[in-house]
Amino acid sequence: MSFGARLTTFLVMLAAAVALVVYVVITYLTPQSGVVDFTSAQPAGAPVNLSVQTVGSIGFGPHPTWVTYMVQNPGGQWLHDTTWEVPAHTRINLTIHQFDSGSPLRNQNWGRVQGVAGNVEILNGKPISFYDSNSGNGVGHTFAVPALGINVPLVGVNSNASNICSQAPCGSDSVSNTIKVSFVTPGPGEYSWQCFVPCGLGYLYGNGGPMSNSNYMGGFLDVVA
Amino acid sequence: MTISAEREREVAYPDPTPPSVGWFQGLPARPGWLSQHLGTAIIGAVLGYLLGHWLGNVVASGYTNVANSGVNAIANTGGIALGALGWLAGIGAINYPLAKIIGKEPAPEFETTSWSRYFRYTADHKVVGMQYVIGVLTFLFTAGLLAMAIRTELLSPSSHVFGPGTYISIVSEHGTMMMMMATSVVVGPLGNWLIPLMIGARRTAFPRVEAFSFWIFSAGYLTILTALPYGGFPTGWTGYAPLQTQAGGGMISYLAGFALIGLGMMAAGFNLGVTIINYRAPGMTWSRVPIFVWAILSTCALLTLATPTLVAAGLFGILDHTAQTAFFVTEHGGSSYLWQNLFWFFGHPEVYIMALPGFGIVAEILPVFTRKPLFAYKVAAAGMLGVALLSFFVWQHHLFQSGINPDMRPLFMLTTELISIPTGFIFLVGMGTLYKAKIRFEVPMLFALAVFFNFLIGGVTGVFLSDVPVNVTVHGSFFVLSHFHYTIMGGLIFAFFGGLYFWLPKMTGKTMNKKLGQIHFWFMFIFFNFTFFPMFLIGLLGQPRRVFEYAQNLQTLNDISSISAFILGASFLVFIANFVWSIFIKPTPSPANPWDSLGLEWQTANPVPYYNFERIPVVLNDPYHYSEHDAAAVADMGDPVLVGAVAPTGDGGGDTTGDDPVTPAE
Amino acid sequence: MSDVAEQTDAPADGPRHAHREPRHFVRMVVIWLVACAIAMPLFYFLVGPHVPPGVMTSTAEENQFDFNILMVLAIPVLFGVWIYIGYSLITWRGSKAADPVGGELARGHMGVQTGWIGITTVFVLGLAIFGTYALITTNGAGGGEGPNPVWTPTSAHVLPVQVIGQQWKFTYRYPTFGGFESSDLVLPVDTTIAFHVTSLDVIHSFWAYQLSIKADANPQVDNVAFTTTNHTGSVTVRCSELCGLWHGAMFDYGRVVSKNQFEAWATATRIATAANTKLLPPFALTYTPDANGAAGGYYPDNVDPYSPSEVYGAKQPAS
Ligand code: HEM
Ligand SMILES: [Cu+2]
Ligand SMILES: [Cu+2]
Ligand SMILES: [Cu+2]
Repeated sequence: MSFGARLTTFLVMLAAAVALVVYVVITYLTPQSGVVDFTSAQPAGAPVNLSVQTVGSIGFGPHPTWVTYMVQNPGGQWLHDTTWEVPAHTRINLTIHQFDSGSPLRNQNWGRVQGVAGNVEILNGKPISFYDSNSGNGVGHTFAVPALGINVPLVGVNSNASNICSQAPCGSDSVSNTIKVSFVTPGPGEYSWQCFVPCGLGYLYGNGGPMSNSNYMGGFLDVVA
Repeated sequence: MTISAEREREVAYPDPTPPSVGWFQGLPARPGWLSQHLGTAIIGAVLGYLLGHWLGNVVASGYTNVANSGVNAIANTGGIALGALGWLAGIGAINYPLAKIIGKEPAPEFETTSWSRYFRYTADHKVVGMQYVIGVLTFLFTAGLLAMAIRTELLSPSSHVFGPGTYISIVSEHGTMMMMMATSVVVGPLGNWLIPLMIGARRTAFPRVEAFSFWIFSAGYLTILTALPYGGFPTGWTGYAPLQTQAGGGMISYLAGFALIGLGMMAAGFNLGVTIINYRAPGMTWSRVPIFVWAILSTCALLTLATPTLVAAGLFGILDHTAQTAFFVTEHGGSSYLWQNLFWFFGHPEVYIMALPGFGIVAEILPVFTRKPLFAYKVAAAGMLGVALLSFFVWQHHLFQSGINPDMRPLFMLTTELISIPTGFIFLVGMGTLYKAKIRFEVPMLFALAVFFNFLIGGVTGVFLSDVPVNVTVHGSFFVLSHFHYTIMGGLIFAFFGGLYFWLPKMTGKTMNKKLGQIHFWFMFIFFNFTFFPMFLIGLLGQPRRVFEYAQNLQTLNDISSISAFILGASFLVFIANFVWSIFIKPTPSPANPWDSLGLEWQTANPVPYYNFERIPVVLNDPYHYSEHDAAAVADMGDPVLVGAVAPTGDGGGDTTGDDPVTPAE
Repeated sequence: MSDVAEQTDAPADGPRHAHREPRHFVRMVVIWLVACAIAMPLFYFLVGPHVPPGVMTSTAEENQFDFNILMVLAIPVLFGVWIYIGYSLITWRGSKAADPVGGELARGHMGVQTGWIGITTVFVLGLAIFGTYALITTNGAGGGEGPNPVWTPTSAHVLPVQVIGQQWKFTYRYPTFGGFESSDLVLPVDTTIAFHVTSLDVIHSFWAYQLSIKADANPQVDNVAFTTTNHTGSVTVRCSELCGLWHGAMFDYGRVVSKNQFEAWATATRIATAANTKLLPPFALTYTPDANGAAGGYYPDNVDPYSPSEVYGAKQPAS
């Protein structure tokens, strides 16, 4: 091969390698969850209303059988995004529509409502401060922000109901529980939220799959100044 | 193919020609492009993978846990297993055993002297060595890119570039790839290429096993890469169960990939170990073999004896995933400690698999550039064997805080600290050799000296870690991380690059650019230290390993480390440019013996003929007679002239001995 | 510690070297002695008191002391090698040097070699004895000693605190206060504490930084670690064994408070959580939650857990 041919060969290989790297970074390494912005929908300092729902199986995407959270953006659309941007030092009124059935907790400590106003949640209109997951329909998920001490048990719906939602987003035609809590955001930072119910079906301890993926049973509360 | 190992002087060994028959005797001959090469290997791998995956889905997709989790470990395992098999079959690695099994006479391997030999299954250890050079560099740079990603994420304590799961996968992938690569980084390229030449052999003991080790090593590389499309794995390179058991499909790539690499390690170690023991030329007594050979021999002992544990543990892990056994799940009768014990029982000898070859390289480089014999040769050789032996008795120092065997802690503290004695011999050797030397600061020498600087820090902090009370603070923190980067990267990888600069002129017949080499060295050395030294402090100040979030007050140190890491990464671009330019694009021929080395490997013809030695040399002396004016010859090459010592000349070198390699250096 | 001294001693003064040359070895030793004499006290007295993990507990104090001793011993080693190599590189570079030492002398030297081996051996054995002594006198130095600790505190009053690792949070149980479980770690000062570390799922590692406690949390294992609190203050807890997705977020902050404050806190928390505490399993050293998780697990359902310890959470319904 001549000098020119060798140089060209090398440059072509280099370009291919760079393209491959870029492809891998874009396809596999960049975060998949979009950010839903709740900072500009209302005047500064005014409480933010945040509505989310939990669904037993998302029904679309790469893992249709996985359990997930959905969030309603200020425009009213339900999105499969788990990073929620909220203003700092602001009251958040969180409404969670629980469409999933429940089970006993791995640790009953997570049946306690913690870290929110009054340490109570309003479950279908009634205030409770803890829930016995061995009774009734059990707990489907908990909404927990460990760094803020928040833990909200989301009581499951009756697993024998005929209209359990299995396709996100779920609407009022499916059986659900509505849980409301309220808390005040701290200073800026990215606070992770997760679930303490072993809801990753088919995984050891129930904590794999959707529980181990920040686009399903976990995400970030992105608190910005 | 049969290569005679007899040492008859008069037999002439021709260069090989492509065989005139097909895979088996009796099949028609095939033209080169139709024979087996990288292309057929890729086709075999893809077909095997698809078949295995499909089979796995047929077998297991109906199980509830598969349906629920969306992960079919059986399909993953099947795909990887048959993919690897297809890869090996495609390259031709199983022709010979298969033919023997079915009772046919295998055709000779497709041996050729054209450039295409680098893309084939070959019995030429020099070709395998060069394949490994490219292989480990690819491995190293892939994992290096992932390191850049890690340091990018750690630029900020709380805002994130990658998702947390992606980040853990990147760390895991980086660590695993690096460790896989490092097991073979010296043994593969330099060991395979140099050992037969250093001991005066025409080939290695098991050329097919040697070629197999490379092709399965490269299958391991491809396998660990498949973890990314499978969603990564969350366990780091240590793969601790039961997190391992909980993880998704990417975990199989880790387990299977490590097992494949393990098979390659065993094959490579077995082949070279046997070669060293049995294929030494007449006169190549144990006290005359170059110290690099001792290093490789002790490494081979570890490769063959420690690695089976890894392979077995990997298979247990795969069984837990596919057959739902419970080796590592306490609640179902297994133990979460079992993996830790198995892994580190392999893992600690592995640490020395990644140290000894580096020692061998620096001990080989020092005498050449100091023009002195190696100081305390016997102590060095004994030390290497001592390290190899002791390294089987220290593994629980990784489990000091795990809760097992508290009463054994003093023992493992003692054995761990004891191993620093034979390890320390390399400093005795180095310092003794430098005494009143005639030092030439060529690029390989710079790397060798840097190893002493880096490894000292790595070694001393290792003693800190072995002290159980101090271990309470530093275990699982960035302190450990920095410690092992100082030993593996600062020791082994620096030595490897020193070795490349030193031996590539022989291996390729081309000269690397010295200026670029120096630039590479200084950037790599300085920014290696700026990258990793702050990590000691970061660890002491409380940052655990493998975290995507850290305390605000550690940002400055982390940023220093990250920015230095980027420059460190860039320094490798200088190497790549130099390597590609001076070896492939605009080759500059190298003098036959540019460093005036006495080593037997430098005395062969250039380029080294297929069978290495025209005549098997008779070794008369060890290759370290640098400072003796009237030293005896190193070997009788069968020519009228003997290869003698290079007497210290006035300026101490730089001048070459001309193009004829067998001309005595006088 | 004069390993450098030993190993260069003989060649410099050896009988073969009668010709006039600077006494390299003496120079090196002088430089080395001066450097060590400056650096060792400088480190010990200026840096030492600030070395992590501080002095909040008995084990922290001991571990800081250990680190400082090791550092003071490491300084002569590091300096010895650096000074020797640095000096060599400057003095014996290239052509300026005389003929390199040849012959037998350059290949080895009995005195140097045995001296080196002897000194490093003594050094290393000394370190092992020192470490063992520190390990035993501090009751395991704050590291997890497993379910049957071999080195236990003699103190009559030991406060047991159970640390439960779970993906991805530590919670704390106080068996002497009715077994309530809390997300906060609060400890009384001047008290010997026994941490009982266990896990409900994968391996975690409880690292209470300022307390100098580190103990892995394994499922079905009670890993015990001891310390005695000497000062009040805030404690950072991090998980130091990779445990999955949110490992990096698995941290919290505890505090060491006065005994009265502790009593007040414990009593108040006990009352506040009383209703929920009834739902917890009785206090036990390890727990066996169903390994399967909610409805439809990894292992086939209806398989009883192997170890019949206390069950945390009821058996999951079969799917
Ligand atoms: C460009 C040079 C390199 C840089 C900047 C680098 C950086 C890093 C960083 C920052 C981490 C740790 C992340 C964490 O634990 O949070 C890491 C982990 C690791 N690195 Fe490197 N590294 C480099 C080269 C190497 C080399 C040459 C090796 C071995 C041959 C290596 C082996 C490892 C291993 C085994 C881990 C542990 C992964 C785990 O925790 O499982 N690295 N590296
Ligand atoms: Cu959940
Ligand atoms: Cu080790
Ligand atoms: Cu953890």
